[in-house]
Amino acid sequence: MALLEVENLVARYGRITALDGIALTVEQGEIVTLIGANGAGKTTTLRTISGLVRPAAGTIRFDGRDISKLAPNDIVRAGISHSPEGRHVFPRMTVRENLELGAYTRTAKSEIAEDTEQVLGIFPRLRERYEQKAGTMSGGEQQMLAIARAMMSRPRLLLLDEPSLGLSPILVQTIFGVIRDINARGTTVLLIEQNARQALAVAARGYVLEVGRIAHSGAAAELSASEAVRAAYLGGAA
Amino acid sequence: MAVATRFGSSLPAPLRTPGARTALVFAVALALPFVGHNGGFTNFLADAGAFVLLALGLNIVVGFAGLLDLGYAAFFAIGSYAFALLASPQVNVHWAIWPQGGIHVPFWVLLFVASGIAAVFGILLGAPTLRLRGDYLAIVTLGFGEIVPQTFLNLSQWTGGPNGIGSLDQPTIGSYKFGFDPLPYYFMVLGLVALTVWLANNLRASRLGRAWMAIREDELAAAHMGINTTTTKLAAFAIGASFSGLAGCALASKLQLVSTEQFQFQVSVFILAMLVLGGMGNIPGVIVGSLVLSALERFILPQATNFLHGLGFASIDLSNSRFLIYGVILVMMMLFRPEGLIPSGQRKAELHAAEDDTTVAGHEQELYTEAIR
Ligand SMILES: Nc1ncnc2c1ncn2[C@@H]1O[C@H](COP(=O)(O)OP(=O)(O)O)[C@@H](O)[C@H]1O
Ligand SMILES: [Mg+2]
Repeated sequence: MALLEVENLVARYGRITALDGIALTVEQGEIVTLIGANGAGKTTTLRTISGLVRPAAGTIRFDGRDISKLAPNDIVRAGISHSPEGRHVFPRMTVRENLELGAYTRTAKSEIAEDTEQVLGIFPRLRERYEQKAGTMSGGEQQMLAIARAMMSRPRLLLLDEPSLGLSPILVQTIFGVIRDINARGTTVLLIEQNARQALAVAARGYVLEVGRIAHSGAAAELSASEAVRAAYLGGAA
Repeated sequence: MAVATRFGSSLPAPLRTPGARTALVFAVALALPFVGHNGGFTNFLADAGAFVLLALGLNIVVGFAGLLDLGYAAFFAIGSYAFALLASPQVNVHWAIWPQGGIHVPFWVLLFVASGIAAVFGILLGAPTLRLRGDYLAIVTLGFGEIVPQTFLNLSQWTGGPNGIGSLDQPTIGSYKFGFDPLPYYFMVLGLVALTVWLANNLRASRLGRAWMAIREDELAAAHMGINTTTTKLAAFAIGASFSGLAGCALASKLQLVSTEQFQFQVSVFILAMLVLGGMGNIPGVIVGSLVLSALERFILPQATNFLHGLGFASIDLSNSRFLIYGVILVMMMLFRPEGLIPSGQRKAELHAAEDDTTVAGHEQELYTEAIR
């Protein structure tokens, strides 16, 4: 049984159908990527999984349990954490306060302290900025904080929406390195990217979304090699 | 709280802790009516104290949770009318057990009942606004602020319509009746202020308080953290409204009367102006802002008017243009000191965030160069 199983998922904004019956699975321990052009429905997919958008049809099973009708806060408690597109750190709060809010659903103080140590180990930069207001940090640092904060709920599945957006090439490398690291420590990752080349390099498998439908899917290496994917997402035939 | 710390370190040793300073403030407050030595001043202190309760309540909604409520006087009205209906000869029901007619629930019980009723209405009126933000929320709350007093006006068979409800019960302690002397009311209000300050302080530091701040900063991100934004916002409306129930009981019992005129839109603006003046989200700031505006209304404007009359401007009455004056104060505050007289550290950072943009760019640069090295 896969950790996350999405079947025939339909999502609408008023009369706009953003997802038109998609299916995908994420196995325990995997990094899976969902790539696609702007407006394809990637963000909507994640928002539907985390309960922020109600599906019009379809099922979402997490660890065998249907979560498609749960409230977002219950989905976080169930073990899914979502780092949103555009970071959305709390700008006037410090790094520490942001991380504390990341652990909002938890109560065991000693475990939270452990996890804080762990994310500060993964992101030494955040330790240096611990008492700094998040809004005064660079875009790269804010992205690190957004991921670290999402890790603070100790998720089994981490949803990342375009973590490399707007970062310098070197920071993109750092972020993808961290995603590998987090995965190696046992967290399953569903990664959304427009940066298809990078995403397919870290992921085991991938799905290509085109206007609300899955157009291609398969092992990351297969997708990277596929003519259709190369032409549309990897900057043409190489 | 950096301001408080800096301020604190320059004080004599016994006053360096916030607890000691609070105790001193309350000691001074207890002594004030005896310094003033006249009923008018004590009366003012009691009224001003009740407005501190209102300002602390609105501060939960606007200052802590960031929900702009322009109709807060609606809850003040509901708390006051709840008290008036349950502590007066007004309502005659067959199950009533009081020989003098009407309903006469003991004051100290009603204090809880009225704030409970106000809290329930906080939830009822808050629920339809949950999906609204900013301007839209402000407009809907403005509407509720108009509808509630109008409803009390129209339900005249129970509320006495434009005449209001009079002959309200006075608080008693054993055989002691509060009567018409403002002094016992002032001490009661002071006690209620102490209670609400304690509550607001604890709430701010609580899990719920952190959830409010998160929603104020970024509601979407708050939802991502697993915060139930619906219940968290409703809790702000309910707790904020409950404070106005306390103020309603205190003022109505002292005045012996409630009528819809006491709850006009201007009252909502007056309370909001207290927060803006003092510093939203900051409890000492809200108290100071509230006292300053109450004093302005009661003493400073009439005095200034007298002064102008003495200079020969007989046609000027500043009290009639007080909303113009509050408006000017609000605009000046927004332009020159948007964080209020006594800002909370966080608000200050929010309002001066634009000035920090240059530093953000600086950091970005630094990070890039460091990464390249
Ligand atoms: N809040 C919204 N209201 C209406 N339409 C939306 C909203 N969010 C997204 N859409 C539409 O849904 C489609 C999918 O958007 P999105 O999931 O954000 O795509 P992606 O993340 O792949 O860029 C787009 O056509 C977009 O315009
Ligand atoms: Mg998107």
